Amino acid sequence: MAKAFPVLTVILAGMFIFAPMLIVGAPYESTMGLVQKIFYFHFPSWMAMFLAVFVAGAASVAFLVRRNPKADALAVAAAELVVVFGAIGLITGPLWGIKAWGVWWVWDPRGTSAFVLWMIFIAYLLLRRFGGPGSERLAAAVALFGMFNVPFVYWSVNLWRTLHPKTTVVSSLPVSMGTPLWFSTAAFLGLAVVLLKLRTRLEHQRAALDQLFLALED
Amino acid sequence: MQGKRKKEKGKRHTAEAILWIVLLMAVLIPAASFAQEQPPPKPAAQDGFVPIDQLAQKEELPAAPLVMAAYAVAWLVVFAYIWSLWRRLQKVEAEVADVNRRLASGARR
Repeated sequence: MAKAFPVLTVILAGMFIFAPMLIVGAPYESTMGLVQKIFYFHFPSWMAMFLAVFVAGAASVAFLVRRNPKADALAVAAAELVVVFGAIGLITGPLWGIKAWGVWWVWDPRGTSAFVLWMIFIAYLLLRRFGGPGSERLAAAVALFGMFNVPFVYWSVNLWRTLHPKTTVVSSLPVSMGTPLWFSTAAFLGLAVVLLKLRTRLEHQRAALDQLFLALED
Repeated sequence: MQGKRKKEKGKRHTAEAILWIVLLMAVLIPAASFAQEQPPPKPAAQDGFVPIDQLAQKEELPAAPLVMAAYAVAWLVVFAYIWSLWRRLQKVEAEVADVNRRLASGARR
């Protein structure tokens, strides 16, 4: 994994350089025109966020069941990425919405549920930082709760009346639009993996530092 | 003792910063929904995206800054996070090296 990491980083850099060329080459959408091209970064940022939510949730389950500190470190790292990629989605969405819908923000099911999911992970991080001893288990439960929200966020556009494009949009995309979308999505997911690895390393270093301080006191 | 107080102060500053960001988002997002209402020319696609070859000239100009802003925000957020991660890693690794040195010098004595 350590050897593959620099290679993955170089491949990702190449992908992020090439992605804008694919996006520029993609056709315009008939009702929204140029602004729809935000989709090629907006959707991948949510996919990266969902990946991070699932990692945080699964790692939290592992931590709750086995009390494994490595799983806890992975959960914290993933939770931070949820907030980072969620912020990208929450900012690019209104920039698309103002042109497509005429308003920056509507409290429709997709936007609201995504915002709530993002806030759950903000709560997770606040709990971890200021909750004091024992807050890891409570935070793990919060992450689990966040993970179970993902299906609601994803299918909210099909279940309730909303302005937001439905999930069928992705499966019905022509190749000319699907190629840049899936290419960008792969790049974002790769970026999430690289950042997750770096952030987990930080958590491991912090744990090592705590151990060293204990040794120093002895 | 001084280091502990510094750490506590740092924690308090971070807490204040996070609370400000959350408060700002809680105020800005609802405010933005009332701020600007422009009826779109026709409803935006919901069931499927239909590609077209050419874009009407009047469409392209107002959308361009929004598209550029969206991509700029994505990059800014990612780079800001990488920078913060790199800084935190550097700090912790320097501390680990420092404590290791102190432990080694203590063992020698």
